[in-house]
Amino acid sequence: MADGLILHEVAIARDDTPLIALDRTVGPGDVLTVMGPSGVGKSTLLAAITGTLPPGFSLSGKIWLDGHDITRAPPHRRRVGILFQDDLLFPHMSVAQNLGFGLRPGGTARDRTRLIDLGLMDIGLEGFGDRDPATLSGGQKARVALMRMLLSDPCALLLDEAFSGLDAALRIQMRALVFDRARARRLPVLMVTHDEEDAQAAGGAVIRLG
Amino acid sequence: MRTTVSWGALPVLTLCVLLGPVAAGLWGTLLPAFGHLPAAGQTGPTLAPFADLLAWPGLARSVWLSVFTGLTATALSLGITILIVAGWWGTRPFVWVQRALSPLLSVPHAAAALGLAFLIAPSGWIGRAVSPALTGWDRPPDWLIINDPLGLSLIAGLVAKEVPFLLLMTLAALGQADPTRSLRVAQALGYGKVTGWIRCVLPRVYAQIRLPVFVVLVFGMSVVDVALILGPSTPPTLSVQIVRWMNDPDLARRLTAAAAALLQLGLVAGALGLWCAGERLAAWIGVRAIARGGRGRGERALRGVGLSMGLVGAAAVLGGLAGLIVWSFAGFWGFPDALPDGFTLRNWSRQAMALKGAAADTALIALAAVTLAIVLVVGCLEAEHRRGRTLTQRGLVLLYLPLLVPQTAFLPGIQTLLLSAGAQTGAGPVILAHLVFVLPYVFLSLADPWRAWDARHGRVAAALGAGPGRVLWRVRLPMLLRPVLTALAVGIAVSVGQYLPTLLIGGGRIATLTTEAVALASGGDRRAIGVFAVAQTGAALVPFAAALAIPALVWRNRRGLHG
Repeated sequence: MADGLILHEVAIARDDTPLIALDRTVGPGDVLTVMGPSGVGKSTLLAAITGTLPPGFSLSGKIWLDGHDITRAPPHRRRVGILFQDDLLFPHMSVAQNLGFGLRPGGTARDRTRLIDLGLMDIGLEGFGDRDPATLSGGQKARVALMRMLLSDPCALLLDEAFSGLDAALRIQMRALVFDRARARRLPVLMVTHDEEDAQAAGGAVIRLG
Repeated sequence: MRTTVSWGALPVLTLCVLLGPVAAGLWGTLLPAFGHLPAAGQTGPTLAPFADLLAWPGLARSVWLSVFTGLTATALSLGITILIVAGWWGTRPFVWVQRALSPLLSVPHAAAALGLAFLIAPSGWIGRAVSPALTGWDRPPDWLIINDPLGLSLIAGLVAKEVPFLLLMTLAALGQADPTRSLRVAQALGYGKVTGWIRCVLPRVYAQIRLPVFVVLVFGMSVVDVALILGPSTPPTLSVQIVRWMNDPDLARRLTAAAAALLQLGLVAGALGLWCAGERLAAWIGVRAIARGGRGRGERALRGVGLSMGLVGAAAVLGGLAGLIVWSFAGFWGFPDALPDGFTLRNWSRQAMALKGAAADTALIALAAVTLAIVLVVGCLEAEHRRGRTLTQRGLVLLYLPLLVPQTAFLPGIQTLLLSAGAQTGAGPVILAHLVFVLPYVFLSLADPWRAWDARHGRVAAALGAGPGRVLWRVRLPMLLRPVLTALAVGIAVSVGQYLPTLLIGGGRIATLTTEAVALASGGDRRAIGVFAVAQTGAALVPFAAALAIPALVWRNRRGLHG
């Protein structure tokens, strides 16, 4: 099977009522945007890919990621990164601990500290490691959340209205940052949004639901 | 697949731990009630125990007392709770009420009852404060204010402790009832605050607090420690008489006790039925009142009554506690002086040995029961989360069941079973008996915050490669540190306050701060009573303080967790 994220005849039903059906491939470094009003099951699609469909929903079809069938894999083995509208930084951990939680296991303590420091530098937050996430600005939190996800070395990236919570100037910055990183790492990206500008900035294919 | 199975087993195990002792206890009551108690050389079946029970001259009075005090205390507690919330919701006094709630709740029933006795007895603080100026007393009159034959002081003691409990339950229920908008609409239509609240919000809220109200009714009818301290004694309430028979050296008396325990079960069932009929009647009256469209009269008086009753209740508990503290340090204190001549540590040092032993037993039992409870509760809630199935209404009733069966109906049965099996009474069975009462409260305390946790944190953690165990230990439990510690404190307070399970299952060999305080109550040594009641309250209160202090300390640099 080819690299990238393949949604092969994926269909989701809720209590046997069909909700959403999709048959698409997102190649490495590509972005697929799913648009539509709230309630059409956009977030449910992402939950199916992360393996966290709520009870009552059923999934048919296959999900392939970089040649592996992840349709029934447990959520923590899928290597699918996700960003939500809220940063969802763990409030009980420092910024560095949040990044360390994401960083894949392995390496000496010193290596890990170095990787976390490099990650902080990469998003312009050098020296912020010991900070309480609650003391960061909205844009800083969003960048930490992105870096935490990238440090976990995912094979695909899902964006669930990831830019909706930011003000206009910040939104443009974050979009550029996220899409640049995804392209540089050749990650397939699946974005759900209701914002046309998001879709334009992504530059890839667009599916409209509802 | 294996993990799914084992997580599914936890709720089942929890139900066994909860309901097993209740079922076994009822069985152990049923057999001797029909004359079957081989340990006492009796084999049934026979109706002789019931005949003995009927032959007891105090029966009618003691049955009436149980029903009258239980129903009156419950109706008063609910009425006061409703008036306080309806009249004062969203006002400044209500903020004070909410602040006073936790300390009031954590004072154990026995300590609150002893404190009340120290206040209202003829030689109590109130009597001293107004003597001899107003009364002309130079020694306390021989009035039966506490242990009065009508059980009025027993009712007062119950109401003072149950109003805070029902208030807490009502506040939790209000979170889901959206009272603010309903009230605004009602007031815009010209209804007064209290009337609008009772007609628009109460029906929704009452549906939520119905089970807690039942718990209050069952508890009020079957409580032993408060009834021993404040209730009448010749005859006492039926529950107290059951315990007297259970402690009789003549083993045959246990048969009478078992028969009385079954009667008690029937009485409670009957009272619950009566209460439900009362609910219907109240609903019928309410619907007619709504149809008539009256906008409510006497609003101001109702609000005044609600708040003043609440204040009197709070003052009774807190003033009583202050009285216990003063007595525990009192030197010579002659009547009618308002304060002792001097303060001394001698009362405490005199009790040091007994206090140390009782405190150690109290701590051992409470910590063991609460540890088991929190493991089972977190396990159940986590199983619920992982399997995506929340507790149904029926499951909730099962959780409440140990609190809806009168203690005096099943605890004697457990003791009888242990006795028949030749098992040693001791700390182990007492811990399991405490667990039956601790577990529901720990669950009720933790369930809402546990479910309110933003599950997207779990999804993010899983996407970052954390398995379910790591999510639980590294993310969910640390984020929920405060509610977990609060649930632990609630559990410890419940365990510390238990009297009957310790007394009956411990076979008199386990002495906790509560059993000691209640045992002292019948004697006249107010200094010793003060010492043990203060220690008992401290044992219940300190964990609450720790539950506030520990998260504040551990997460002092984490603003996101100071909600």
